[in-house]
Amino acid sequence: MSFKKLSEITAISEDRKIPFWQVILEDDMKERGVTREESMKTMGSMLDTITEADAKYDASICSASGMAGGDGGKIEAFRMKGNSLIDGFILEVIEKAVKMGESNACMKRIVAMPTAGSCGVIPAVLLTYIKHKNVERERIIEALYVAGGIGEVIATSASISGAEGGCQAEIGSAGAMAAGALAYLEGGGNEEIVHAAALTLKNMLGLTCDPVAGLVEVPCIKRNAAGAVNAVVYSQMAMAGVRSAIEPDEVIESMNRIGRLLPSCLKETGQEGLAITKSAEKITERLSMSWQ
Amino acid sequence: MNLFDIIGPVMVGPSSSHTAGAVKIGYVARRLLGENVVSADIGLYGSFLATGKGHGTDAALVAGILGMKMDDDNIPNSLKIAKEKGIKVRFGKADIKDAHPNSVEIKLVGENGRQLSIVGESVGGSLINIAKIDGLDANFSGDFPTLIVHNQDQPGHVAEVTGMLAEKSVNIATMQLYRANRGGNAVMVIECDQEVPEKYLEWLKNLDGVNKVTYYSLIEEGENEF
Repeated sequence: MSFKKLSEITAISEDRKIPFWQVILEDDMKERGVTREESMKTMGSMLDTITEADAKYDASICSASGMAGGDGGKIEAFRMKGNSLIDGFILEVIEKAVKMGESNACMKRIVAMPTAGSCGVIPAVLLTYIKHKNVERERIIEALYVAGGIGEVIATSASISGAEGGCQAEIGSAGAMAAGALAYLEGGGNEEIVHAAALTLKNMLGLTCDPVAGLVEVPCIKRNAAGAVNAVVYSQMAMAGVRSAIEPDEVIESMNRIGRLLPSCLKETGQEGLAITKSAEKITERLSMSWQ
Repeated sequence: MNLFDIIGPVMVGPSSSHTAGAVKIGYVARRLLGENVVSADIGLYGSFLATGKGHGTDAALVAGILGMKMDDDNIPNSLKIAKEKGIKVRFGKADIKDAHPNSVEIKLVGENGRQLSIVGESVGGSLINIAKIDGLDANFSGDFPTLIVHNQDQPGHVAEVTGMLAEKSVNIATMQLYRANRGGNAVMVIECDQEVPEKYLEWLKNLDGVNKVTYYSLIEEGENEF
């Protein structure tokens, strides 16, 4: 993996007159020594896995802690009534994001994109897009390369780990990746892709990682919905021609600096924030009693 | 890190470190033992001990010991499966000090009486480090064919081993050397880009000054070796 900046990807794309996603595909071919077909087949299998994970969602089960499960079913029932303020695309994105997060908490098979805790963001956006738009499978796979390229740059020059950079590094990164992918699907070029990613990440800077009882459940699952919705909102703004005043690569650099400055008590250590509230303490105590 | 560490891995949730990484540690331990497990003594440490239950770390470790990989649908049922197979599984606190926050000590006994103990660390994402084998330093990731040679600290052993690898066109990805003291017990841990042929491992085991040879292969048991 050779890209430290989004501008390195777009420069190659412009020089060689190939799309953003193809730069990432060719880099993967070189990096892992695989053919184009092999790389695309692997990416296709990721799409198949998220499609299956979404279809197999089971609202009747809950996680080992008892904190997670069933919310995706509630949102689906609410959507089916058809009188929500946000009927249609957005509500379904929210539903799918929460469902995938819950499936993860309930030990179902998912794809970490980029992490298990943020596994609902990109699938929510892409699977809803497939359902609402007449789009070829090939293009969705290309969009996953776009997402992967953005994720690689963030992982290399900042972080995708909550313990290292807070939740901005997990849900924020997933949101940026999803936004770039969506801008591409909507016909956006390099400019729209990187600004959709930048606008999304910019608006999730500073997010802490303070989950209750150290589990990937509260607030992680519902935050997947926020990441996914942000991706839709800011990719649309990018498609409208809105641009980030801060250069996209500088947004990623900022995320890195903010992540380092965040005190460790807010980076997956359970020492501050939501994790030490009265509600959280009650839950943690109940769990430790039942698990001793 | 490659593209499919970002878009991937495919895994059973909820946590890449506490679940997927734990499966991988169990899996590597099982492969290093080289035979079916009849008993597993599992000591949890740090965050594995504190939050392992809620992350399914216990089921994940046992799933790996049963030979499952991190995307196996059966991971949540592993404790039940182990019981049905009559495998004795015991959980407790690990008796280790100053270890990585996500550490586990696994002691396995196999069907033919072979024994193995490892300390595994889940270091982030689904990446792992096997820190110790049978009490001696190891430090490898399980992502490469890995050759671990325990030998006397004498001149020439590194040359013998690396010379053998060169002869078989096995490229070294990483190599580490440790020793307890000058002239005492030493260990070399070599991660390779290709598999090391079985007969060279046998040759190595019979060398003077070589105390033990452990090999972790990426080739699945039951598959043909080429």
